[in-house]
This record gives sequence, C-alpha cells and structure tokens, in this order.
Amino acid sequence: MKVKLKIWRQANAKAKGQFKNYELDDIQDEMSFLEMLDALNSKLIKEGENPVAFENDCREGICGTCGLFINGRPHGPGEQIATCQLHMRLFKDGETIVIEPWRAGGFPIIKDLVTDRNAYDKIMQAGGFVSVNIGGTPDSNAVLISKEHADEAMDAASCIGCGACAAICKNSSAMLFIAAKVSQLALLPQGKVEASKRAKRMVAVMDELGFGNCSNTGACEAECPKGISLAHIARLNREFLKANIKS
Amino acid sequence: MTKLDSKIPEGNLKDKWTNYLNSMNLVSPANKKKLDIIVVGTGIAGAPAAASLAQLGYNVKVFCYQDSSRRAHSVAAQGGINAAKNYPNDGDSIYRLFYDMIKGGDYRARESNVYRAAEVSNEVIDQLTAQGVPFAREYGGTLSNRSFGGVQVSRTFYARGQTGQQVLLGSYSALKRMISEGKVKMYARRQMLEIVTVDGHARGIITRNLVTGETERHSAHAVILATGGYGTIYYLSTLAINSNGSAAWSAYKKGAFFANPSFIQIHPTCIPQLNDYQSKLTLMSESLRNDGRIWVPKEKDDKRPGNDIPEDERDYYLERRYPAFGNLVPRDVASRAAKERCDAGYGVGDTGQAVFLDFKHALEKQGKDVIEDKYGNLFEMYETITGESPYERPMRIYPAGHYTMGGLWVDYELQTTIPGLFAIGEANFSDHGANRLGASSLMQGATDGYFIIPNTISNYLSDKIRTGKVATDTKEFDEAEKEAKERLEKLLNVNGTQTASSFHKRLGKILWEYAGMARNEEGLKKALTMVKDLKNEFWKDVKVPGTSAEFNQELEKAVRIASAFELSQLLIKDALSRKESCGAHYREEYVTEDGEAKRNDEEYMYVSAWEYQGEDKEPKLHKEELKFEFVEVKQRSYK
Repeated sequence: MKVKLKIWRQANAKAKGQFKNYELDDIQDEMSFLEMLDALNSKLIKEGENPVAFENDCREGICGTCGLFINGRPHGPGEQIATCQLHMRLFKDGETIVIEPWRAGGFPIIKDLVTDRNAYDKIMQAGGFVSVNIGGTPDSNAVLISKEHADEAMDAASCIGCGACAAICKNSSAMLFIAAKVSQLALLPQGKVEASKRAKRMVAVMDELGFGNCSNTGACEAECPKGISLAHIARLNREFLKANIKS
Repeated sequence: MTKLDSKIPEGNLKDKWTNYLNSMNLVSPANKKKLDIIVVGTGIAGAPAAASLAQLGYNVKVFCYQDSSRRAHSVAAQGGINAAKNYPNDGDSIYRLFYDMIKGGDYRARESNVYRAAEVSNEVIDQLTAQGVPFAREYGGTLSNRSFGGVQVSRTFYARGQTGQQVLLGSYSALKRMISEGKVKMYARRQMLEIVTVDGHARGIITRNLVTGETERHSAHAVILATGGYGTIYYLSTLAINSNGSAAWSAYKKGAFFANPSFIQIHPTCIPQLNDYQSKLTLMSESLRNDGRIWVPKEKDDKRPGNDIPEDERDYYLERRYPAFGNLVPRDVASRAAKERCDAGYGVGDTGQAVFLDFKHALEKQGKDVIEDKYGNLFEMYETITGESPYERPMRIYPAGHYTMGGLWVDYELQTTIPGLFAIGEANFSDHGANRLGASSLMQGATDGYFIIPNTISNYLSDKIRTGKVATDTKEFDEAEKEAKERLEKLLNVNGTQTASSFHKRLGKILWEYAGMARNEEGLKKALTMVKDLKNEFWKDVKVPGTSAEFNQELEKAVRIASAFELSQLLIKDALSRKESCGAHYREEYVTEDGEAKRNDEEYMYVSAWEYQGEDKEPKLHKEELKFEFVEVKQRSYK
C-alpha cells in the first residue's frame, strides 16, 4: 500500500517547527507503524536528508518509550495499544497520516517527535513509593491481601508512564497517571499508611510542573494504552480529600 | 593479571555467604559519605543496587540511556521471578533451587555464586512485596506460585504476564525515593562511551549526553556496570531495540575479561518472523507452557490450519521425547527440538519456520475465564501482532535470541578483573552456566542488586576512605574523553552510503545462521571471515547523518553496532574453541546418539575468560576450572 505522511519536524527545543510531507510506496499490512517509520528514515538517510527523530525501545508495548500523536489520537487508531503495537493493517491504501509529538505543557519538545517526559519522573519522586528500607522486611505471607484488592492494584499498576493521558487531556492533566500509582498503593496494606500524604504531594508537584487539573471528561481513560480506569481518579480524590481534612 | 582468582569463601556450601559476610571489611557510616559510586544501567540489577547503596550512605550517580530509569528492558520480563519459599509445600528448598540452576546450566556455572543467589532469593520476594509489588494472590490472601521450565516444583512468583514490569517498578520506586532524598543523582539519556582507569583501578566513565551531544566526565571510587546483555547482536531478538553490549565491551577493551561470550539463550516461544522488514521478535512467556501444548503435524508439509488437523495426526513431540518434563523442558532443549522438527520439514505456517502452541485442551478443561486470568494480556499481545486469537486457533511460535548467559567475568564479589569495576545482572556471566532457567534472570538481577553488591563492594572500598574526591581534570580522563570523541568523529566522517541499521541486520543474519541454535566448525570459521569483511565494509561505507553536537539517534546506533562487530568476533572464537555441546551452545559435531547436547567434562569443564590483547590481535583465553563439590555431575536428562 501507499501512504502519505504529514510529520512534525522541529530541529531542537528552541527552533520553530512545521509539518513536512512525505510519501511511501510499498508499505505492507503486517508492518508495524514504527517499522514503517524505519523505512521512511532509511530512505531519508540515503537521500541525504535528516531522519525523523522518534523514540521507541521495547517495541512490545510495555516500556512506555514510544508515544506519537497519530491522526489526532495518542498511539493512533488501535484500542488499548501503544504506538509500537500499532500495525499498518489499520490504515487504508493512500491514506494521509498525520504524526505529531505529545503536546502538553509538561512535555516540551526535544526534537521532531521526541518530547521530554521528565515531569512524570519528578511526580513519582514526590511520593510514588512506599517508604520502606531495603532489608529486614517481613515474610511476604505475613500480611494477607485479598485477591480482589491485589487484582485491582495490579490493574492500576499496569500504567506504562507513556504520557498519553496528559497528551489527550484538554487541560493537559496528569491525574490518571498519578491516580494509577496512588490507587495501586492505597489498595495494599503496605502502601495504605502513607496514602493520603502521597496523594497530596504528587498532586502538588503536578501543579507546579505545568499540568492542568482534572475536569472529568474521561479522554484519558479512553486513550490509555493499558485501559486504566477513571475509578482510580475517584480513589485519588478521596485520598486527596482526606489529606486536606487532616491538615 | 594472568590468573583468575574467583575468591570463593571457604566452608560448606550453605555457610559460604554467611562466612563471607562475617569476615568482610566494612565501611563506617561516616566514611561512606566520602565515597562515590557510579551505577550504569537502571534495570532489575542497577536500580536496586543504586537505591541500596544510597540508603547505606554512599554518594551514588546513576546513568541510563533511556529518557527515564523506569524503561530499562527488565520491564519486559513476563513470566515471573523464582524463590525457594516452598509456599506450595511441594518439596522445594534452597538446595533444590540451586541444584536446578546448576543442572539447567549444564554444569558450567560456579557453585558458590549460584547457591548464594538461591539463598538470597527469598529475601528479594519479601522486599518486593513490602514495596507494593502486586504479586498474584490466592483467594485466601497468600501469594500464588506457578511452574516454569526445567523444574518439577512451583516456585515462580508472578504478576500476570507483567512480572518484570512490576518488579522493575518496585525497584524504580525505591530508587525514586533515594533521588527525592538527595542521595542519588540521576543522569538519564546518557550513553556510556568509556571506562576510565587510574593506576589500574576503575575511577570513572565518559558519557555522551544524548540531548546536547556533549561528552561528560564522571568520577567515582567504584563503577558498577548493570548494562544488561547483548542479545540484539542477532538484530532480531526479543530485546529492546536499543539494548546493547557496548558498555561491557568498552570494559573488555580496558582489561576486564569477557566470559563465555558464546553462551546465548535462544528462547523457544516467540512470535515467528513474518517478513524481512521486521525489527524485533516478541516473546510469549514460558509460563504459557504450563497449559499450552506444543505440537506439529505428523505428516510433512501438512499445510492445513491447526484446528483442521485431527488429534491422532498431531505429534506432541516434547511430550513424546521428554515424558518426565513434557512441555516444560528447559529452554535450550525446547528450542532445539522446534528447530529439529522444522528442519525436518514438519514446520507450520507460510514459512514452515514455526510450531503450534495449543490451548485447546486447557480451555476445555479449565474454562476461558481461568485461562484469561492467567494469560489474558499475552493472548491479547499475540492477537495484536498476528491478527489471530489464541482462544480460537493454536498460536504459532518459533525460537528467537533472548538472553546472554555470557558477560563480563566476575569473582565471588562480582568484581571484574579491573579492580573497582563490578558487573551485576545480565552484564556478568555469573549464575546461569550454559543455559538459564525461566524466571531466574529477575531473580539473579535482583539478588545482585539488592543484597549482594551492597555488601561485597564495601570489601573493596574499605581501604579507599582516605583517597579523597577523584579528580576529572587528569591525563587519564583527558585520554579517555579524547578516545571517545575521536571514535564519534570517525563514524561521522565515513560518510558512506549504507545505514547503520542495514549493517546490523546483515550482521544478525550471519550470526543467526552460523552461531545461533546450532553451530559447527566450518560454519563458525566462515562466519568469522564474513563478520570481518562486513566490519571493514562498515568502516568504509556507513552513513551517519548529522553531527555529534546534537540529538542524533543514528550516531547512537552506529556506536553500538561498531562494538557489536568486535563482540561478534569474540563470540565466534569462543564457540570455536569450545569443542563440546553444553546447554545453549550446541556444536553439531558433539551430540549423543539421540541428538542431545554432549558435554566433554574432561576437557571443557571451565569458564572461558577472554583477555583483550589489542586491536586486530588474538585475544588470550584464560580458564577458570569449575569444581563441583556439592552436586554430582551427570548427563542432563529430562526424559
């Protein structure tokens, strides 16, 4: 099949960016989206042009490195998959595909389709952990955890930190990302102790870093490659409220 | 250094680690503050090592090439992590875990290190649970276990098919906590280019900032490499696209011995290659072999869809050949058996390079809900890639390059032959011999990182407390940085016509064909010449666009591939020199009558440790003789 590509090109963080058009023939259904971009880049290099910078690593949907805005949707037209799991069979012959980087206040562009998502690491640093030291922990079966709670914690914990939630949110809010961690740890006895303090700290850092607030439109849930539920935001809000009542 | 000193502590196997801990030199809390440690890599070994060392009071600097330390490829481990808890009461013990690993590794690993990993494994599970890792639970609230290949007990802890992700994120959270307390300084988006040695000791590294392109100098009193394996040497592998062995290789060129480079695990259950433009192969967890049955048609070239082939026309060849272990034989055995069937003409699918992994019986017996609970995300992953549902049709699978048992040679303290340079996790050669058992890589990485290196490193650092800050404005750093910069410019100046990736792909094809699942002298010699020629072509005709002073992914790739050529040559030389079959190293000349790997314990019961002698010079082979005092060395049998 043939595809027409409209790709955001930007030399560096300070440069002015613009869309550039490319065409590729001989694209096959079974190719992954990133393999299609590999093909474009090898063509560009041979023609003496600069290849398109885009990030990826595991190419199996778990590391969270890739993240492209494709035809107006984070990770493109597939349901609950990351960009690297997207295959060309979901596109039509001759289709124009628009490819952009994440666009959110908290994720400045580094080059072309590569953004800086360090903000998510900073939010984690604010409290996305259990304050337990290494060594001297009790036997794993000393504390029983119901299967329901363990499963729900696991649902929340499957977040890959890709940034799609903030990228699609009209407020550029990182609430679903925070909620996933707060909810995972609040559901488990190990993390319950610090649950409300954790919620308050993580939300405060999110605010500082230029992400907006949540207005419950649910776009994040719809576009999350791991299908993380909005219900976790409700749990985050409860913990956040508790923290504010306490103080 | 000509003689290898593995520094195995005295005493009975079960007392060695305790004896070591009781007699090693300590560094007082006040002195730890004066000591700097560099950790390169943030996977399941690097992240906990950095967090543990920081908690102890050392000043820690951590480096990774990814944009965030949470993305290291340990994140992709699926099936689980082993420990000898014996929660299921099925006869497991530390000794049995140790024994299974020694046997699984085909008697080519060091007893003392393996026993220690088994001993420490239980503490790792407790640690991870305390960090909030949501391991699978039974209805009563206790932890759940499952079984993996090469063993007859259930000792694998898991979090759906995403155990690596959860275990890594637990370690990442410990690291984040230390960063927030100011005890660790994090450097993401850095490629390590050189190790800096001063008076023969590792004292720092040269890195390239991948955003600005600047080269940087970092000094420390000790350097820990937790940089993973080199399975991407085959181009197509289950690894992340950017995983690579260049950091370990630069250590080798500075004097660290490289051990068993030819011991590479080919994982039996991966989604087969479909086309020539494919960039990676996706693993389907070994845990699937708990319930899935592997088969091929009994007739050659039977191209009917799997569901149309009746039961009595199917050959469940693993169950037939290995009745004791059935579908749960170790990975090397399962991979070779698949290759044997396909080479003999029984392969399925368009290419004939695949076998079926079938859940029909499990679905009938256990119901869809139970199977979905265990493997739901793996089935989805398979369907996303192939467009076929494993609930309705048998999966098609084929072996792919996966894990490198080989790596930097380390002693009992996990120190390389360069004093002050340590290697942990997949980057070292230590615990898996010639074949790794499933769910033991997370185990080994985590035991190295959480509980072993934080202790053994103090034995080295105890007499460095008066050294003072290591300066970076010295001739050693000048030279290392100059060397690194020159290599970058050399790559940019070739200005040829072919992309770095195209060379990588060609290299991968050579290695897969001649130094993959089956090897022979003639093929290996041929491959050596081919790799040499390809390397020369690379340096004459590679095209690396852009400059070194900017974000330049093609330059990053070229650096990695340049070292992959050199590592490939050592890999082939190692495979040539080992004239026996053992574990994953299968030499067609050395097999038993029924086609199984045939070891030669008389002549090859050693670890091969290679010493760099200079560009275009033959590397020197050192042998660490392996002594088995606590297990009986036997022909491995899973029948």
